[in-house]
Amino acid sequence: MKWTKTTLGGWGRLPRFACEAARPERLPELNGAFDGLGEGTLIAHGAGRSYGDCALNENGRVLVMNRFDRILGFDPVSGDLEVEAGVSLRALMDVFLPRGFLVPVNPGTAFATVGGAIANDVHGKNHEKDGAFGSCLRWIDLLLPSGETVRVSGDSDRALFEATQGGVGLTGIMVAVGLRLTRVPSNALDVRETKAANLDALLAAIVAEGARARYSVAWIDALASGPELGRGILETAVESPVGLPSGPRRDKALPIDLPGFALNPLSVKAFNALWWSRVPAAGRSRKRRYDSFLFPLDAIHDWNRMYGRRGFRQFQCVVPRADGERALRQLLERVSASRAGSFLAVLKGMGAAGPGPLSFPMPGYLLALDFPERAGTLDLLADMERITRNHGGRIYLAKDSCLSADGFRAMYPRLDEFRAVVERVDPHRRLGSSLSRRLDIRGGGKP
Amino acid sequence: MSRRVWAILGASSPIARAFAREAAATGASLVLAGRDIADMERTALDLRVRGAASVAVVPWDAGDRPTQKALVSALDVPANDVLNLFVAVGSMPAQADIEARPELIDEVVASNYAATAFTILCLLPALERRRAGSVVVLGSVAGDRGRASNFVYGSAKAAMATFLQGLRARLEPAGVKVVSVKLGFVDTGMTWGLLKGGPLVSTPESLGRRVFAFAAAGKAGEIYHSSLWFWIMAIIRNLPYAIFRRLPI
Ligand SMILES: Cc1cc2nc3c(=O)[nH]c(=O)nc-3n(C[C@H](O)[C@H](O)[C@H](O)COP(=O)(O)OP(=O)(O)OC[C@H]3O[C@@H](n4cnc5c(N)ncnc54)[C@H](O)[C@@H]3O)c2cc1C
Repeated sequence: MKWTKTTLGGWGRLPRFACEAARPERLPELNGAFDGLGEGTLIAHGAGRSYGDCALNENGRVLVMNRFDRILGFDPVSGDLEVEAGVSLRALMDVFLPRGFLVPVNPGTAFATVGGAIANDVHGKNHEKDGAFGSCLRWIDLLLPSGETVRVSGDSDRALFEATQGGVGLTGIMVAVGLRLTRVPSNALDVRETKAANLDALLAAIVAEGARARYSVAWIDALASGPELGRGILETAVESPVGLPSGPRRDKALPIDLPGFALNPLSVKAFNALWWSRVPAAGRSRKRRYDSFLFPLDAIHDWNRMYGRRGFRQFQCVVPRADGERALRQLLERVSASRAGSFLAVLKGMGAAGPGPLSFPMPGYLLALDFPERAGTLDLLADMERITRNHGGRIYLAKDSCLSADGFRAMYPRLDEFRAVVERVDPHRRLGSSLSRRLDIRGGGKP
Repeated sequence: MSRRVWAILGASSPIARAFAREAAATGASLVLAGRDIADMERTALDLRVRGAASVAVVPWDAGDRPTQKALVSALDVPANDVLNLFVAVGSMPAQADIEARPELIDEVVASNYAATAFTILCLLPALERRRAGSVVVLGSVAGDRGRASNFVYGSAKAAMATFLQGLRARLEPAGVKVVSVKLGFVDTGMTWGLLKGGPLVSTPESLGRRVFAFAAAGKAGEIYHSSLWFWIMAIIRNLPYAIFRRLPI
C-alpha cells in the first residue's frame, strides 16, 4: 500500500494538516493498515464530509476508505443489506430507492459514506421519529489495531458495537456493515412549507408539526433581529403514496473559490431576504423527490468553495428542550449582533440520545450555522460554546473544529465509559486523530 | 431471448468496477476475468445486487497464456447471446527501473499489449460469428508519442492502439464495434499520490459512464478521456521534435 505525503482538510477546508495518506484497494492491503505505523497513529477517512478535524491526523496516517464501496448482499424480503463501509449513501439511494427501499437515516449530504455515518452516528431530518444512524445498524466488521477483524453487534461485544456508533473512528476501521433498509411507498415526499415570523412562532410550529410529520427541518434567517429574531421557514414532509418521474440529476459544480469578500453582511442579508420572500405568507405544499428534499446542497458540487480559500466553520449544537427557547434566543442574539454573515441557519427538533457513549443527540433543539473564517469568528464560537454549555447543551463533533477539551468533557458525561472501551481494543494508542488530540478524548494528553 | 454478455478483463481495477456497474444496471450478464479471484468474488456480489443477470468469475493472467486461452471456453455462450469485451489491463513500472532491469520489458509488453491481443485473437471467431457486440480496450495517451520519461510503456500502448485500429477495420464488416480509449490521468491506485485533481484528472466513475454509454450506443472508434486530452495530444503529436524534446514531460 502506497503512503503518500499530502495535506488534508475537512469540508470546512479548515484546519488543514500535513499527513501521510493511503487508499487501499483490496482487502489484504486494508488488513495491513496498521503495519509500519511505529509510534504514530492512524485514522480512517470516509468522504471527508465532516467539517472539522475528526477525519484528519496531523503528522500521522490517514486511511482513505472510499474504494471499499461494494454492496455485498441484499434481502428484499427483510430489507437486510450488507455493504463495505466506504459506500456512499448516494449510491445506496440510487440502487435501492427505485426498488422501494430507503436507508432510514440520511444526513444532509448523500456523499457521506456508511462508515462516516456510523462514526458520527449521524442524524437526519427525521431524528425525532427514527433516531440516528445506529437505529438501522445490525453489525459492523471492525479491523482492530491488533490486526484482527471482528464482527460486533448487539449480541457480540455490545459495548464495542455501541462505542463505535459516534466513536469518531477511534474504535477501529470499519470494513463491512450490516444495515436494515425500510420500505417506502414511492421516491417522493409531500413537503409543506410554513412561515414563522419569529422564534416563538417557529418553535411552536416545530412542536406541532413534529408530532404529525416524519421529516421536519426549519431554515432560519440568522441575521434577523429584534421582533423578527428567529424568523424562519419550517419544512415538514411525509411519504408520498405517488412518486415523481425519476429523471437524471442536473448537478452543477462551483468551479472556483469565490473571493473572500463575496460573502459579506450585505450579500448575505440580500440572499436571506430573497429566500424569505420565496415562500408565500400562507405557506405552500409540493411534492419533491427524496434526494432534492434530503440533500438540497448536494446539487451544487463543491459548494464549500463559496466561502473562499480561507474556509469556514460550522457551529452545531443541541440544547435540551426545557431551557431550549432561552438558549436559542441567546445564541441567535449573539450571532445577529456579530453580523458575522451566517447564511441560512438550520433549526430542528431532536429526539432521544443514541446508545453510544459519545452520542450527540438529546431531546431538544438543534441549531446549525456556518461562519466564514474572519477575525472575530473564533471569539464568537467560544461565546457560543459557553452559552451552549451553560444551558446543558452539546456541540456536534462532526461539524466542529474549535470546541475546547474542557467544554467537551462537560458536554459528553459518558466519556469515561468510552475511554474504557477504547483502552481495551487499542491499548497502545495506535488510533488517533487531530480531533482526538485536541479534545484529549483518550485522556492523559496523548493520542 | 438473447442475453448481452460483457467479459471484463482486469476486473479488479476500479475502472473495470465502474464500467461493470454500468453494464450490470442494464441487466447484462458479466464474466469477470483477472488475477485476484477473492476480490472479484466480492465485486460479483455487488454487481448481482445492482442488477446483473448473472456474474461469473474466471482466472485470467497477463503472464499466463493458458488462462488467456481458457477464457474462450468460459465465453462459449449460446450463439444468439451478444458477446462484448472490456479490457482494463496494464502495468507501468518506472522507466528508470526498466532501464536498470531490461527484462522488465517482457512484463510491460505482456500486460499492456500481448496478453490482450492474444486473447482477442483467440476470441475472433466467436466475435465474428455473432455479427454484433463491442470490443472496448483501455489504452493511454502515452502511446501517442514516445517521451524520454516513459517510452517503454508508451511503445507497448502504441502497439495496442495500432492493433485496435486494424481490428476495427477487420471486424467492421462483421458488425462488431471496436472502441479504443486513450486515457489521460485517471484517479486510480497507479496514480495515487501523483495527481492533484483538476479538469485533466478523471474519476473511474465518469470514465466508466462515458465509455459504457459510447459502446452501448453501438459506436466504434477512438476516444480520449477526459476529452480535453484529445486537444492536448493533437498539439503534442504535432509539435516539432526540437521543441517536443525540451518539454518537461
Ligand atoms: C452539506 C452537509 C450536510 C450535512 N448534514 C448533516 C446532517 O444533517 N446530520 C448529520 O448528522 N451530519 C451531517 N453532516 C455531516 C456528515 O454527515 C458527517 O460528517 C459524516 O460523518 C460524513 O461522513 P464521511 O463519510 O464524509 O466521513 P469523514 O468525514 O471522512 O469521517 C468522519 C468520521 O468517520 C470516521 N470514519 C469514516 N470512515 C470510517 C471507517 N470505514 N471506519 C472507521 N471510521 C471511519 C472518521 O475517522 C471520522 O472520525 C453534513 C455534512 C455536509 C457536508
